[in-house]
Amino acid sequence: MGIVSNMRRTAAVAGFAVAAALVSTSAIAAGDAKHPEDREWPFEGIFGTVDLASAQRGLQVYLEVCSGCHSLKHVAYRNLGALGFSEAEIKVIASGFDVPDGPDKEGEMFERAAIPSDRFVSPFPNEEAAKAANNGARPPDLSLQVKAHPGGANYLHALLTGYVDAPEGVNVPTGSNYNPFFRGGFIAMPAPLFEDGVEYADGTPATVEQMATDVVNFMQWAAEPEMEQRKKTGFKVVIFLIILSAILYAGKRKMWANVDH
Amino acid sequence: MSSGNQQPVGDGLVKWIDTRLPVFSYLQKEYAEFQSPKNFNWFWNFGAILTFMLVMMILTGIILAMQYQPNTMLAFDSVERIMRDVNHGWMLRYMHANGATFFFIAVYIHMFRGLYYGSYKNPRELLWILGVVILVLMMATAFMGYVLPWGQMSFWGATVITNLFSAIPLIGDSIVTLLWGGFSVDNPTLNRFFALHYLFPFLIFGVVVLHVVALHVSGSNNPLGVDPKGPQDTVSFHPYYTMKDSAGLAIFITIFAFFVFFAPNFFGEPENYLPAAPLNTPAHIVPEWYFLPFFAILRSINFDVLFIEAKLGGVIAMFGAIFVLFIVPWLDKSPVRSAKFRPVYRWFFWIFVLDCFLLGWVGGRAPDNLVFEGLNLKVIHLGWLATFWYFFHFIILLPLLGIFEKPKPLPKSISAPVLGGGSAAASATAKPMEKA
Repeated sequence: MGIVSNMRRTAAVAGFAVAAALVSTSAIAAGDAKHPEDREWPFEGIFGTVDLASAQRGLQVYLEVCSGCHSLKHVAYRNLGALGFSEAEIKVIASGFDVPDGPDKEGEMFERAAIPSDRFVSPFPNEEAAKAANNGARPPDLSLQVKAHPGGANYLHALLTGYVDAPEGVNVPTGSNYNPFFRGGFIAMPAPLFEDGVEYADGTPATVEQMATDVVNFMQWAAEPEMEQRKKTGFKVVIFLIILSAILYAGKRKMWANVDH
Repeated sequence: MSSGNQQPVGDGLVKWIDTRLPVFSYLQKEYAEFQSPKNFNWFWNFGAILTFMLVMMILTGIILAMQYQPNTMLAFDSVERIMRDVNHGWMLRYMHANGATFFFIAVYIHMFRGLYYGSYKNPRELLWILGVVILVLMMATAFMGYVLPWGQMSFWGATVITNLFSAIPLIGDSIVTLLWGGFSVDNPTLNRFFALHYLFPFLIFGVVVLHVVALHVSGSNNPLGVDPKGPQDTVSFHPYYTMKDSAGLAIFITIFAFFVFFAPNFFGEPENYLPAAPLNTPAHIVPEWYFLPFFAILRSINFDVLFIEAKLGGVIAMFGAIFVLFIVPWLDKSPVRSAKFRPVYRWFFWIFVLDCFLLGWVGGRAPDNLVFEGLNLKVIHLGWLATFWYFFHFIILLPLLGIFEKPKPLPKSISAPVLGGGSAAASATAKPMEKA
């Protein structure tokens, strides 16, 4: 029964999607969201790298602010080594979380402290629990958010710093918050960042702007942990290929020099 | 031309094998001595480039398949595992994903070259048709491959495209159920798409073999479109074109590598980094860029034609846009191959190229969006125009041009324009570089 009705519902949604795609996709186009400001990021461009200090502070923001609702399930604690954390520090960070494990020899499930090879522990055991705790809105996983939005880092920064009072005449539904950068303007997440919401270990003043920048730098690293290795490899590969192309092209010219064509 | 050499080539083991299985004499005949027109331009590189891309896609794909999980609960996460935990997994996946893009860039250039230089004309009709078969197989493969990561666009793209088949009268719904393996895009769909995505490249490989065999019967066309008249017009494939193909291939791969390593998501849809959510429809459902022209044609038929409903009309137009390519050799009545000597067709060729770009642009935008505020001109209006022109070009223009266009005089031979008269003295130029 449940499966059948679920199928029907999916089929109905599918039908709607087809109609939406075929007839008009503009009804809820992203056009009604405010365009985020184009900012400069340390990871941009072919020479871009991870700003380690900022990303480390961003981890702190994630752990102290975001992780109450948002999971980061594709990143393992051991990956933090790439941000400059020592093995001992990573062990300490991981041990602050409990993960379900088992079954043990008696067939019982149990909880244990997380270890570096575990992935970041999610705040909710499943999607339904996440929805139930958040007025029906599921806080998205943050592992890939930078890659998942057309505006990328600019969008996330604008969203985190863009909470304003709703313009006159706009009724914000209960349980929603006004943010002009969010599609439709109403977002379930309340403004997450407040001045001195965290106390940075390195003494950096924790302004909203600073925290947003740091956590976006962290999320960028979480989305593309391979970025620096990718660009480094890319230089070797592309330079090799340019030289190879030049040699082959010169060889072709020499070989064809005696052909009238 | 190549001699009917029956003697086995080489000595020792090579000769032993060749006597029993003449692979070496085949290679010698078809790839070393094979005579090709000496006046190819760089557009003739794309056959070799496409062969390389097909092999590259199969190799990266096989390795990715070792790590990928075709299950709706695991697919998205398994792709992220490849990106994060598999050694150089990010490189394999980005090569494969961008490889699809560059495969299509190469195949479209290859086809436009064929259209410009009349490479589909007698005696190369079957060669062209096999090429269109490869294109259709590539499109099916690419579409199913895009579903595998099970992101939002994977799921909703699959839903929209498979639903198109429901427009077919009587059997449409059954076809859709068969494609889905159920009543919605779900785990059985993902399983069969994975199986077919693994199978199809080998079918493509098979048709490519036929494509190449057909090419070696008729020989290559060339930028002048006149047949080689003798050895003064040709060079041996090796080393002349193996060298030129290698150079062109290296340049192409350099550009490809730039995107793989520095802009790997440039051609991708960001929303596909969100896991598939069957109850959450994205605002824009767009296919990959290489399908956009066909997607635009599909959506341009938003009106009923007599008893044909708009949805079915769109599907007919979209598939018609591909299948019209099969009959191009018979639509184009002009006896002249190369557009170089067709002063009118030449213009219409470039208009057609622009039309395809316009269709691509239209396909990526919402139909109701305004293009010019003042004129109340919407994207759909451009879609109508561009779709009309696409079919007008093939069905009306090509046959009419063959009748009314006055072609320029053709050169007597390939050597003629170079040597100003095509004298017999040219024969010396065709000798391979023995001294090298």
